Order: sequence, then structure tokens, then C-alpha cells
Amino acid sequence: MDHGTDSTEIRSPWEESWLRLKKNRLSVAGFIVFTLITLLCLAAPLISLHDPNEMDMVYGPKAPTTEHWFGTDTHGRDLFARTLHGGRISIAVGFASTVVALTIGIAWGSTAGFIGGWLDAIMMRIVDILYSLPFIIFVILLMTLFERSMLLLFIAIGFVEWLTLARIVRGQIVHLKTMPYIEAASCLGVHPVAIVFKHLVPNLIGPVIVYATLTVPAVMLLESALSFLGLGVQPPDSSWGSLINDGAEKIKSYPWLLVFPSIFFSTTLFALNFIGDGLRDALDPKSSN
Amino acid sequence: MIRFILSRLLQAIVVIYVIATVVFFMMKAVPGGPFSQERNVSPYILEKIQEQYGLNDPLFAQYKNFMWDLTPKKLNLTKLLTFDLKGGLGIDFGYSFRYEGRTVNQLIKESFPVSLELGLYALLLASTIGITAGTIAALNQNRFWDYFPMSLTMAGICIPSFVVAPILVLIFGFWVPEAIRLPILFWEPPYEAGFFERASYKILPAVTLAFYYTASLSRLTRGSMLEVMNQDFIRTARAKGLSERAVVVKHGLRAGMIPVISYLGPVAAHLITGSFIVETIFMLPGLGRHLINAALNRDYTLIMGTVLLYATLLILLNLAVDVVLALLNPKEKLSLKNS
Repeated sequence: MDHGTDSTEIRSPWEESWLRLKKNRLSVAGFIVFTLITLLCLAAPLISLHDPNEMDMVYGPKAPTTEHWFGTDTHGRDLFARTLHGGRISIAVGFASTVVALTIGIAWGSTAGFIGGWLDAIMMRIVDILYSLPFIIFVILLMTLFERSMLLLFIAIGFVEWLTLARIVRGQIVHLKTMPYIEAASCLGVHPVAIVFKHLVPNLIGPVIVYATLTVPAVMLLESALSFLGLGVQPPDSSWGSLINDGAEKIKSYPWLLVFPSIFFSTTLFALNFIGDGLRDALDPKSSN
Repeated sequence: MIRFILSRLLQAIVVIYVIATVVFFMMKAVPGGPFSQERNVSPYILEKIQEQYGLNDPLFAQYKNFMWDLTPKKLNLTKLLTFDLKGGLGIDFGYSFRYEGRTVNQLIKESFPVSLELGLYALLLASTIGITAGTIAALNQNRFWDYFPMSLTMAGICIPSFVVAPILVLIFGFWVPEAIRLPILFWEPPYEAGFFERASYKILPAVTLAFYYTASLSRLTRGSMLEVMNQDFIRTARAKGLSERAVVVKHGLRAGMIPVISYLGPVAAHLITGSFIVETIFMLPGLGRHLINAALNRDYTLIMGTVLLYATLLILLNLAVDVVLALLNPKEKLSLKNS
């Protein structure tokens, strides 16, 4: 913590965290890079001159030119447009599935933590058991048996990723419940609802934000793996995973098909991981000394 | 201790049956049977096929038969060790829907050893390199030998295996001089070959599979070792004049390895059961590729067999890890003795 410079200035814990985060160059860089990539993908229809699904079989696969910045694939489709549009899907899946995981995890963990007793024991035992299951296989199963759609993809992946969050939230609540200041608040006659929103929620947000930022890259990895196997996003839509699959098959003849989507995908994962690490250092009060 | 293991085993059995039930009803809930997509099949033949696979029985009878088929009825260890589920345990997953005339048991028997072997190679690679790199990084905190391996591990975590594999293929299959090129497809040479040639087929798949886990293991080892090396008992060990080597090996690693070992269990499980991407890329005849193909082809019996086998393996491996951890941790051991 920054004690020396101006001792009269009092900062809230959030300001402290913000200052710590700003000092972490890697995560600031990660934040900038991720924002750039996201904006680029969101603005894809404005930037790229080509339709991502417009085929030109006569033109065929060509290396990057000034016309097609990232080259074209075997169907003559513009790879720049496809990479940006694929990014939209990958990033959307990343965030939507994280929201699903957050919702389930927070609801489950806070219920177990608040109510406690035998309900807590049973709920957390279920989490323990689910932890030991081959969940990726269940996702594959879901994607196989039911009509493959984006919604199913969000839900299936979200269902895999909520377990850790439930544990974190529950642990935090059980810990906070015993803190003297909560007891003091309830002795002063503060309404339980007010205690939850004024005292518990602000203390929960930190770990949840940290875990959520680290879940997004994990989810994107899962989505791309499924799409790579042909079980995720279905053609003609494409995500970075399915583009990478396409490129991996033709790496010898048309290496650019692998290179560009991979660079975008891995850079995004790098950026998100750096943001997550930075947030963890910034929001964890223990790391401050 | 024995009570702990027994209660966990009992729980594992219940969980496996619940999984089997869930998967069974999930498959039944899906509109259209496995053969409804077949074109040009006369209704009579379709009826016959359905009958042969027992799909026309009442649902409850199907469920009962299914549960009985996958219940172990005997134990023959020598046969079980050759992955013969029918001879070893009396478990019968029935005929595959897509591989005509082959039983799921046969397919498992042929393909599971490949996945197991691949997983073990990758586990060996990941744990030796990962733990060594993590320890070196921790002992050189904030110096070159910390930053260098740790930036590599970040790459290991952010570059997925399906990107690593094609790059490795390009480098070691095409770019390097002919003499040291590696095979880029399949698991065995198509003809009689010597030891080194056979071994060369395993290198790229094993390295690809180990890539991510090497990175995450070394990060975990580094974090754990950093925490341990700052503790009082390490200072005591140094104060009594032990060599730095003895401090690190005898005191540091022993405490620092506990989180690593608890992570190794899930890692082992994931390496053995999670190789389907690598198997698909390198066209290995493993169980993971069967799972993906079964999923794409709606081969219900094969899906059921692979899912249950994987689930059982994961659960048993996790149980083994818990037991090892309980044995390693003095506190846990005490509480088990007292209970």
C-alpha cells in the first residue's frame, strides 16, 4: 500500500484496488489489447469490405493481399472478415456462458452459505461429486443429442463452469457471517436485507469479479475445443475454434488459415488471463502488503 | 482410514449408477432413435433392427436390462488387466450401432490401452518438466530463471493443443532435416519396425497432450514452493546449518508438493480421459476418438460405454488421490485415527 506520499488523503478500498490495478502494466496492457480486439470484432461489418460467407470458388485460397488482408480460404471467403466475425461468436460465448455460470454459482453458493446446516452440507457435497465427473463429456453428449444451437452451447458450457464459483461464494459467506462487524450490525438492529446488500455483497464482489475474468478465457477455450471437434458452432457460422480447425487441416498448403485466427485467439486469451491476474492482485487485500 | 475409503467407494458406486441412469434417460428423451436418420430403410427392416437392439421393449424393461448389463458380476483380474470388461467383470455394453458386428467391449478393449499409454507418457512429461521448472522458478524469484520459464508457461496456458499440434507437425514433420523428422499421424508404424521408430510415433501426440499441463503444473509448483520457502521451518532448517540443497529437497519440496500431488490426480484423469482432441488431430486409434465419432454418429451404445468408463475412471482416480493425500497429511491422518 502507498503510505508515504499523502497521509491526509483517505482512500476507499475500491480506490486502493484501482490504484494497484493501474500500476500493473501487464494487466493494463491486457485490458487495452482485449478492448481493441473486442471493438475490432464488434465493428467487423464496418471495417471489412467483404461478407464473411461470400464464396468465390474461382478465386480460391490465396495468400494475403491488399484486397484480402488475411488471405482467403478454400472457398475463396475473405479470412479477415471471417476472423472478426468468428471473434464475435467466440467472445459472445465467452461472456454469455460466464453469466450462466455466475448466476448458478452465486445462487447455489450463497444459498448454501446463508442457510448453512444440513442443507449446506448436502449442497456442497453435490458440488464435490459433480467436480469428479467428466463434465466435458457431458457437454459433448448434450451437443450430440440435442439440436445444436448457440443457446445450448451457452447453457452447456455455463453448467460446467459454475462449480468453483459456488465454492468461492459459499466460503466467503461462511467466513463473513462470523465477522464481528456483521454481528455488530445485527445487534444495532440493521435489517437482514440491509446487512446482505450493505455488508456482504460488497465483500463478495471482489472474488467474484476475479473468478469471472478468469472464467471467460476458460469458457472460450472450451467453446473453441468443441467447435474444433465439430460439436460447437455450426457452419456457415464460424468461431475461432472452427476457423482454427479449418486452418489446421490445411496448414501445409495454406498456413495463413491457421496463423491469423490462432493469433487472435491466443492474444485474447493472454489478455484476459493478464487482466484476471492483475485483478486478483488488486482486489485481494492480503496481497497488498 | 478403511472406513473413509469404504464410504467413498460406496458413494462412487451410487454416483456411477446415477450417471448411467441420467445418460440412459437423456438418450431416450431425444426424439428419433439412432436409426431414424438412415435413408432408404424399409419400415420392416427398421422394425427388425429396432427389435434386435431391444429398442421396442417397454422403457422400464430396457432400463432394467441395461442396468443389469453394466453391473459387475464377477472379478477376473488377469482378464481385467487386458481391459476385457466382459471376461473381467461380466459387464456387457452390447453391440455398437455403427460398427457392424462389433461389440462396445471389443472397441474399448482395443482402443483404451492406446489412450492409457498416451496419457501416461504425457503425465510423465508434464510432471517431470513442470515440477522441475516450477521449483527452479521459485528458487530464483524475480530473476531471469523465474521470468523465462514463467512466460513460457503463460504461452502453454493460452495456446490450446489444437494450435500447438499443427505447428509442431509443420516444424517436426516438414521443416527440420529429413533425418530427424517425426511421424505426424497414427500411433504405430504400418509395418514391423524397431524400437526407436515405434517410439518416434508417440512423441508428437504425447508432447501436445502434455503441453498445457506442464505449464499449469509448473505455475502451481512455483506458487506453492514460494509460499513454503518463506516459512519458519525453512528458516530453522537453514539456521541449523543444513546445506541449501538439503533445505530445498528435504524440507521445501516435501511440504511444497502437497498441493501439486492433489492436482496430479485430476491431471492424470484428464490426461487419460481427455485426449480426444489430440487423438482426433493425430488420428490415433484411442477411446477418445471413438467417443467423438460416436457422438457425431449417434452411436448410442458406444457413447454409453465410453461415458461410463470415463466417469468410473475419473471417480476412482479422484478417490485414489484423496487417499494418498490423507496419508501424506499428518493432520488429516490424526483426524482419521480419532474418528
